[in-house]
Formats: sequence, C-alpha cells, structure tokens
Amino acid sequence: MSRYYTDEHEWIDVDGTTATVGITAYAQEQLGDIVFVEVPAQGAAVTKGGDAAVVESVKAASDVYAPVSGTVTEGNAALTNDPSLVNSDPEGAGWFFRLTLDDAGQLDGLMDETGYKTFVAGL
Amino acid sequence: MSEDTQEILELPLGDWHRSRGARMVDFAGYSMPIQYDGIMAEHLWTRENAGLFDVSHMGQLILSGEGVADALEVIVPGDISALNPGKMRYSLLLSDNGGILDDLMVTATPTGLYMVVNGAVKWEDIGYLREMLADDITLNHLEDRALLALQGPKAVAALARVVRGVEQLFFMEADHFLWGEHPLWISRSGYTGEDGFEISVEAKHARALAVALCAQPEVKPIGLGARDSLRLEAGLPLYGHDLNEGVDPVQGDLSFAISKRRRADGGFAGADRILGALANGTDKKRVGFTVKGRQPVREGAVIYDGDLKVGMITSGGFSPSLQVPIAMGYVQTDRSAIGTALEADLRGRRVPLTVAAMPFTPHRYHRKGTST
Repeated sequence: MSRYYTDEHEWIDVDGTTATVGITAYAQEQLGDIVFVEVPAQGAAVTKGGDAAVVESVKAASDVYAPVSGTVTEGNAALTNDPSLVNSDPEGAGWFFRLTLDDAGQLDGLMDETGYKTFVAGL
Repeated sequence: MSEDTQEILELPLGDWHRSRGARMVDFAGYSMPIQYDGIMAEHLWTRENAGLFDVSHMGQLILSGEGVADALEVIVPGDISALNPGKMRYSLLLSDNGGILDDLMVTATPTGLYMVVNGAVKWEDIGYLREMLADDITLNHLEDRALLALQGPKAVAALARVVRGVEQLFFMEADHFLWGEHPLWISRSGYTGEDGFEISVEAKHARALAVALCAQPEVKPIGLGARDSLRLEAGLPLYGHDLNEGVDPVQGDLSFAISKRRRADGGFAGADRILGALANGTDKKRVGFTVKGRQPVREGAVIYDGDLKVGMITSGGFSPSLQVPIAMGYVQTDRSAIGTALEADLRGRRVPLTVAAMPFTPHRYHRKGTST
C-alpha cells in the first residue's frame, strides 16, 4: 500500500485499484474543531480536483477535493455522529471515503510523505 | 513582503499573542489572534471561567465640548443627555436616511463622552463624526490606548484581585481605577452575553496587564473565533455582517436603542424613516434561527419559504455551548414570528430552519437590583 498527498492537504492510501481518502493532520489543525462532515454517497463519481466532500469547523466550511478520479465505494459513516474523529485521528479513523480508481496514472503527480512534509514546511 | 501588499498593522499585544501560541490573522487591518487552543475550548472556557480578549483594534474616542451630548444626539438615537457620568449605553451611528453606519458604546464621563466603535469602520466613523459634530466639539482618538475585554462568570473574581474595587460596578457602568500607579478606565460590559469588563489601558502597559490577568487561574487568552461564536450565541449582531448601512434600527431589531424621549422628539439623522418604521413596521427583520441537523448554515445563504425567497443568513455557525448549528439573518416581517418554519439553501440543498428567540444562551449580566 502506498500513501500519496495532494497540495490541497488530502491523503490517499492506494491498494491496487482501490483507495482511501482523508485530510491530513496539518489540514485538520488549520481547520480547528470540526463539527460536520459530508462524505460522498456510495456510487458517486468523483473527478480529480473536483469537490468530493465538505468539512465544517466552528468557523468555516471547506471543500475536500478528490485526489484522483473514481467511483466512491463507501463514505465513512462514523463521521456523521462523530465528526471530531477528523481532529483526533485524521489519517486513520477520520478517513472520508473509499473509491475505485479510474486511472492509476493520476497518482503520478501526487507527493509522497517526504514531499508533502517539505511542502508543508514551506507554507 | 511585496511592495503592493497592504501593510497590516501591529497592535500593542501582537507579540504577546504570538508568544502565547496564538494563530494570527489579518482582521480590520490588524494582525490579530484568531485562536489559541481552539475555538470550541476557548468558547466553553469563557462561558465557565473568564476569557481575556484583545479588542485594541476598536476605536476609542473621547468627545468633549459644551453641549457634547446634544451634538452627538444629532446622529445617534439614544438619550445621551440623560446619561449620568459613569453610565453607558449601546447606540447606533446613523446616516441621513436612517441606515446604520456603526454600532457603538457611549459612556458619560465627568468631562465628556467616551465611545468605543468597531475597528473595521473606525476611520469612516471618525470622518463622519468630524463632519457632523459642531466645530466646538473636540474629537480625540485614543490611539495610544489598548482595550482588553475580560469576560465570563469568573471575570469579576479574577479582575478584582488585580484591580481593587471593580466588583462595585454594575452592568453598563464605568469608572477610573488604578492598577498600581497606572490609570485604567474600566466598564462592566462586553459582547459575549457574560458578565465581564472592558479595560482601557495605555498601550505601553497593556502587555504587563495582560500578563497579570492571565496569571489568575480563571483567565485564559481567547481569540476572535470564539469571540464571534460567543456573540452569536448571545444574539448580538456584528457590524458589517448583521448590520450595515442598508438597514435601519427597527429592521435590525434594535428598537431598544431608540430612547423614549428621542421617539417623542425626533431630531436625529433618519428620524423620519425610523419613527415611521416604529409606527408602521418594516418589510424585514433580524431574527435568530435554529437549524435542522448538524451542518451549519453560513453568512450569505438564501432563505426560502417554499419557492419564495424571503431572506438571507447574515451570521451562522456551530454553537459550542448547545452543540447545534445556530444562525442570524433577515427575513420578511410576515415570516419573522418565533417558530416559523423556513429553509436555507445550502449548496443547492434545502435545510430546514426555524425562527428562534434570541439569545440562544441566556445573558448573565450583573445588573443593578437583580444580582446578588
């Protein structure tokens, strides 16, 4: 399994043609207390760079973008009742959705962990 | 910083906020703390203990001169002449046509009037006041003073330990105090719905005072984020969002700020429109809303009754105290009754709203005659 990162602060764990998507520890830290998450429904088609989910903190609403194109297989139902999972475990239990990749080649432009750490350090 | 970047000004406590771990944002032209530990924790701390807010971006003005109260009454609808020294009231700066240019606090002092106006519009306010006030009225902008607000049920215990005698003030009263040898101007007021104080201090002593206050076990520094969620729960409008030049005090549900004598006598900017609105009602009104579900509705969301557009959200967020979304906005007056069921458009989806009484959380002011 490989983990990639986007410059919009999403992470994606890829295992063959399936993947899990969430937002990074840095992103949840910037957003602050998360009070609501809307994840895409099973079967929804998402497009690389397009809106895929909504995350709301006390202060503001933010879009979460799809790191790659694909078809959603599952949204994280646990976030409905406990959106603060995104704060407490952003890169684990606070995942947003799973999808089947349309084109694994879209992963090429994403960062690895080292690349993302360097990117965040430069912000 | 590039040359074309507008200069962001530094307030007296800027470095102190950073040293305390604040995340800073640009607000009203100043670098200000948006949060320290997190908005939720800071909000709840203030409701249970005491929060220290830096509101030094706000404009502190002194008006003085013969007949200053009468002069100010030309552009505000409150009974300023009736204010005894040490008493304050909430009022509104009005345009010619009765629109709200700002909301403000005005306090009578032995020598004139002390006013606190919003930071985001203070330069416009000052220009308007200079234009509208008679030539023999002097306006002094206290740019060398910081303003700290200490808010929460334990604010009085904490502040009384640092500044003797403040516990004797009641809500909407103010006086001079000494902190060591330094003069402070302190009022029992604020914008969180809690008991608390606002402390005007010379800028050069602001840091030491903030340190002394935060040394009290009840006190933590609180950022602008929680200030906004606290005032929204308290049902208090924020200028530039819930109030603007396009609305009059009656539409803004601020009729209480139009004093009895002024209603009878008129004689203030926009009096025709405002007295007419008091007598005949208005087309729209500021109200509160509860929201179905957990997703907050935000400023700018359009409000519908069926297919009919009937209003707009002007402030919305998640209430840390109630753990539900709450909002404030304007609706047509015929839809403004408490309990009216409406909907907000949330990214193309309709979310049920109900017109709700404000405040969402009860005010806990230390009023004369009602508190122990």
